[in-house]
Amino acid sequence: MSIGITHYLILSGILFSIGLYGALAKRNAVGILMCIEIMLNAVNITLVAFSRYLAPEVVILTGHIFAIFVMVVAAAEAAVGLAIILALYRSREVIDVEKTDLMKW
Amino acid sequence: MGTVAAFWIISVVAVASALGVVLLRDLFRAALLLVLCFLAVAGIYVTLNADFLAGVQILIYAGAVSVLIIFAIMMTREIQRGNPFSRFRFSALLIAGLMLAAFIIVALGTHWPSLTAAPGVAQVPQGDPTTGAVAAGLFSKKYGFVLPFEVAAVLLLAAIIGAITLIREK
Repeated sequence: MSIGITHYLILSGILFSIGLYGALAKRNAVGILMCIEIMLNAVNITLVAFSRYLAPEVVILTGHIFAIFVMVVAAAEAAVGLAIILALYRSREVIDVEKTDLMKW
Repeated sequence: MGTVAAFWIISVVAVASALGVVLLRDLFRAALLLVLCFLAVAGIYVTLNADFLAGVQILIYAGAVSVLIIFAIMMTREIQRGNPFSRFRFSALLIAGLMLAAFIIVALGTHWPSLTAAPGVAQVPQGDPTTGAVAAGLFSKKYGFVLPFEVAAVLLLAAIIGAITLIREK
């Protein structure tokens, strides 16, 4: 049995759903950020799988370049997100997202 | 044949470690499993003929991002209280399950056609190293990724300045 694009798409869907579940169901802000990283990785798998399997015989590199941009945005997001979490912890001693509802209407 | 076995082993490792990240109560162990998940995704890239991306994945995700996350775990003392679920646990499970069902139905039900690559698109033959071609695709004028590259550089600069401003002592 050979591996096709469907295998990669389902793997990426499973990883994305796990990350989505964690991002929605966790209370620790760092845990939520970790789950978001899993979701971004799942999307990258999809991009790279399409660039490998869409055309026979060649690898189309547009998907690879898009994945690089996703990694750049993910790195920026991790840096700013963790800085926000640390600032929050410094001012309020808590990073539980259910207790940080000051801006909730 | 080797690729098939590698795909199955790596995907089982990736899914199991991602589940561990979500389900473990100990946040530090979850972060270590996240590193394992990143390494498994790098292996998936190798099976997809994306050698450069596999290297970048290990350097940026398994190296930099996970160190950043472990730093944040260490600097916030919430680690003693663990990584509990919120009160949305079951509705989140429902939403994630519905998303997963939609993904699987679409992936199985769609006929993915074989296209011929347009000549204006960066490409390499399957099995060849991709590093040089990715560089050409990013930086040569005819593919049009130079402006996004510069914008990404500005984004990283803005992120660094923003992080420093947020963290700095008043």
